[in-house]
This record gives sequence, C-alpha cells and structure tokens, in this order.
Amino acid sequence: MARAASPRRRLLTTLAAWFVALLIFFPVLWMILTSFKTEASAVASPPELLGASWTLENYVEVWSRSDYPRFFWNSVVISVGSTLLGLAIAIPSAWAMAFVPGKRTKDLLMWMLSTKMMPAVAVMIPIYLLFQQLGLFDTKIGLILALMLMNLPIIIWMLYTYFKEIPGEILEAARMDGAGMWSEIAYVLTPMALPGIASTMLLNIILAWNEAFWTIVLTTTKAAPLSAFIASFSAPQGLFYAKLSAASAMAIMPILILGWFSQKQLVRGLTFGAVK
Amino acid sequence: MGQITLKSVRKSFGEVDVIPSIDLAIDDGEFVVFVGPSGCGKSTLLRLIAGLEDTTSGTIEIDGKDATALPPAKRGLAMVFQSYALYPHMTVKKNIGFPLKMAGMDPAEAEKRIQRAASVLNLTNYLERKPGQLSGGQRQRVAIGRAIVREPAAFLFDEPLSNLDAALRVGMRQEISELHQSLKTTMIYVTHDQVEAMTMADKIVVLNAGRIEQVGSPLTLYHTPKNIFVAGFIGSPRMNLIEGPEAAKHNAHTIGIRPEHITVGDGPWEGVVGLSEHLGSDSFIKVDVPGLGIINVRGAGELNVHHGDRIKLAPAGKIHRFDANGMAMA
Repeated sequence: MARAASPRRRLLTTLAAWFVALLIFFPVLWMILTSFKTEASAVASPPELLGASWTLENYVEVWSRSDYPRFFWNSVVISVGSTLLGLAIAIPSAWAMAFVPGKRTKDLLMWMLSTKMMPAVAVMIPIYLLFQQLGLFDTKIGLILALMLMNLPIIIWMLYTYFKEIPGEILEAARMDGAGMWSEIAYVLTPMALPGIASTMLLNIILAWNEAFWTIVLTTTKAAPLSAFIASFSAPQGLFYAKLSAASAMAIMPILILGWFSQKQLVRGLTFGAVK
Repeated sequence: MGQITLKSVRKSFGEVDVIPSIDLAIDDGEFVVFVGPSGCGKSTLLRLIAGLEDTTSGTIEIDGKDATALPPAKRGLAMVFQSYALYPHMTVKKNIGFPLKMAGMDPAEAEKRIQRAASVLNLTNYLERKPGQLSGGQRQRVAIGRAIVREPAAFLFDEPLSNLDAALRVGMRQEISELHQSLKTTMIYVTHDQVEAMTMADKIVVLNAGRIEQVGSPLTLYHTPKNIFVAGFIGSPRMNLIEGPEAAKHNAHTIGIRPEHITVGDGPWEGVVGLSEHLGSDSFIKVDVPGLGIINVRGAGELNVHHGDRIKLAPAGKIHRFDANGMAMA
C-alpha cells in the first residue's frame, strides 16, 4: 500500500536529494566556475568565489589556440560510430543469448563482463603495437573499433536484459508467420525493444565520448577526440587550471546537453525490467 | 490438404521423457482436440507439430511428406497462441498482413486477403488500431485473422481461450467451430478444458503424462472410456468412481457411474447433501454416502434438495466396470 509522506518528511527527502545531487555535481560546477576565472584567481588559496575576477578570456584563448571543431567532429564520429557498430554486433548476439541460450550462455555473459574488470593499462602495450602494425594508430576507424570492443560487453548485457523482457511467444509467432532470424530481429524484436536499444545507444555514446585512456594512447593529432583535446591543455610547463577548465567545459558541453535532453529515456531504459 | 501423421514421436528434455512415444493420425479437415491435465505434454506435442520444438526421435509427416526437420515457416501451418502473441507495435492490418509480407506476396493480393479475413472476423473497423487498443476477444480475432490469411494446411490452437472471460469464451468457441465448418481446414486445438474439447472436436486425443490414453469422438469417449483416467477426465461433473464391496457386486475392481445416471428418491444408497447448485435447467448436488464417498448427482430441472438433507440415491443407467489396472471391462 502506498504511504502518504508527511510535508516534513517530504522536505527532508527533497533536501537530502538536493544535497546528494550537488555533491555529485560539485566538481563539474567548480570546473565551470574556474573556467570563467583568471589563472591567478583559479589557483588562489583560499579559493575565491564571490571576489574572483570573472573573464571569458580562457574560452577565447582555447578556441583560438586549437581546432575545436575538428576534435568535436572526431568525438562525434568515434562515439556514434563505435556505438552503431557495437549495436550491429550486439543485437544478434543478445538475441541468441536471450532466446536460444546454450548451456554456457550465462558463463559467457559473466566472462564478457569480467573483461570490464581488467585494468586497461594491462593490455595497453599489445594493443598499441597491434594498432601500429595494422595501420590503425591515430585513425578514426581504429578508435571506433577499440571503443566498440571496450563497450561491447555492456551493450550486450543491456540488450540481453531488455530482450529477456520480450515474450518468447511473440517471436515464435513471427517464426510461424514465416520470419527467418533476420526478419524476426528487424521486424519484431528491434521495434519492440526500441526504448531499450535507444537508452543503450545513448549510454554508450556517453561512455565513448568520455573515454580518455584509449583515445589518448591511440591517437596523436588526426583522430584525436575531445578527451585528447582536454589533455592537450596540460603542458609540461605546468597546469593552467582556468584554460584547462574552459577546454573541459567545451568538451563535455555537447554530451551534457545530449544527456539533459535524453535523461527521461536514459532513466527509463536503465530501470527497464526492474519493476514488473 | 492438412493430413498430419506422427510416427513414434518422442520428446525428452535432458533426462526427462516428456513424450515417451506417440503415434497419431489426423485426417484432412478434422477438428482434433488434445486434452489432458496440466503438464501432460499436450502443448509440447502441438509445438512439436508446429516445429517450435525439435523431436528427440520419430517422424512428423504433413500431407505425406516428412516435415520433422523443417523450420516452422516451411511447414505450412498457422498457430494461435494462448497470449495472442500479437505484434504490439503494428496495427491490426499489419499484424494480419505480416505472414503475407514474409511470404513476399503481391501487396494488392495481400490487401484483398486482409480485407476478407477482417470481414469474416468482424475486424474491418479496427484495422488501423494497435493491439493495445483492443479488447481480449478482438485481440483473439486478430490472432485468428493472422492465421487464416495464410490459408495454411492446418491451424494449431494453443489454449486460445484461456485468457478470456467465461461469456466471451463461449462466444469465441462457437466462432472457431463455425470457422472450421466454413474453412474445412484441419484444426488441432489444445485445451485443459474438457467442455471445450467435447463441444468443438471431431476427435479428442486424451493425454496423460505424455501418453495417449484414448483417441475418439467426444461421445465415444464419454460413453465408452477405455480406462479410469479417461472416464474421470471426460464429463462434467466428473464420473463417480466407486471401489470396494459395491464394485465387487458388479465383478469389478472399480465401477463408474455418470452423475446423470443416478436418481434421487428411493434407492439403496443413503447420504447427506453437501454442496447443491441449482442452475434452473440442471441441479448439481454432492452427496456424502457412507462407504462410497462423495457422489456427484446431476438432475434435469429443479431437484428439491438442499444442503444437510438426508436423501436416497439409486444408480439408473450404464455402469462402467474397470479392472485392477484401471482398464475398462467388457
């Protein structure tokens, strides 16, 4: 039975929610504030807030010193490309695991997940050398492949969970109606799992967009996305916090906006199947 | 054509033999009902015929051709599922037209067939709606529509009415029977409801623990059950099965008497009325008779007996005799 919350209880819950949200968002907020300060004000101790000198200079300088549109475009191509390629592989894989499971399907799923536990740095050297040998180093295709492989376990897991929610009888009906495996996936499964596929897509675009380790290791200039763009502002001479913050803000802004507009879809997708 | 023959069909899941071995012949145009208690293997048998499950051994022939290894789509059969299994993202029209699209049929011909099916099933006004906007009965009609447009060799129904309320179930039962009479296509229908089986079937296949107990017309099964299982399963209320001295009087281990073959008034058995149901057209009463147990009685019209009354009963009709193995005796 639903329990009606008292106004006092509701106020406390709201305050607690705001506190947690601010705690999580604080680093991002601090970074955005720093991006509008002068370098001197950014490193002042104790930190300045109200008395800081505010400026747009950092954005102007970051924009003029670097080719932001190119980094942005690389980020779009790599994150969207790796997600679409991942989906193309994961949809039939998750279909097979959800609807025609074998004896070892669960083990396979756990094994795939376990690869996410492995520290990326452990395979850095072989992958770096492999990319150089295959001519994939500093190419968008190379990064698309690397990020797709990195996120594939998550894509398959998420889709597997969504697909398990689809009644098997509907797919059997499609089979009786003459649909082969591909028709079944294209005409019945995919449209029915579209909300789940959409949230998987969004989450993976965000993950790929934010990926820093592999994008920095496997690129130099041509294919570098926005995560490498941020790193380029940490110079050997030292860190320029205000400029670094401006570069970071510019790098995360597109994905932050995408996340903001798709938050309903994301939350719905991530909690899909949690409650029947 | 829609002749289906099962030869020594066996299905096991791991170590468990769900269907030990079944031989069955279904003639073209027959309405065959598989009936039995839950878990007796009737749905599995239907799924084996449909091709949704692989047989462990044995062969399934459709129109004389071995179809054992054929995928579901190549068997020329259509199936109506218990949950309707409609495509929720498609309109009624697209649901009905889906098998035709998969068959690559010319859109004009497909449209004709969809309209014809919709008109037969009274769905013409709902073609642009999605399944979520339909009632249970309408959804069931769409599922049937999707099956009939293909003009299959046989229809397979897997407990299609169990999600409907009682009134709708009776209506749909009649519609399916009428559809069978007009299409004259083979229909195989799975149900655990023996009333559905009795009212719809040309031939009933009674299953128990994966084995066929008896095959025959509804009245053959009713009047001459081969064993105690069939005797107890077919007929509502169920047949009274009596063991002990009363059975011994008839040189049998067990005797069976249908509830309508017992009269109230005078007779050798005396007991107290427990539950009594008065439907107007019929009266159903349960009488606790010492030494015999609970005896079901069905009387035509209104029987003037009520809970707690002490009454006398007499067998007045056919007495079925069964041996110690539960098999019917001549």
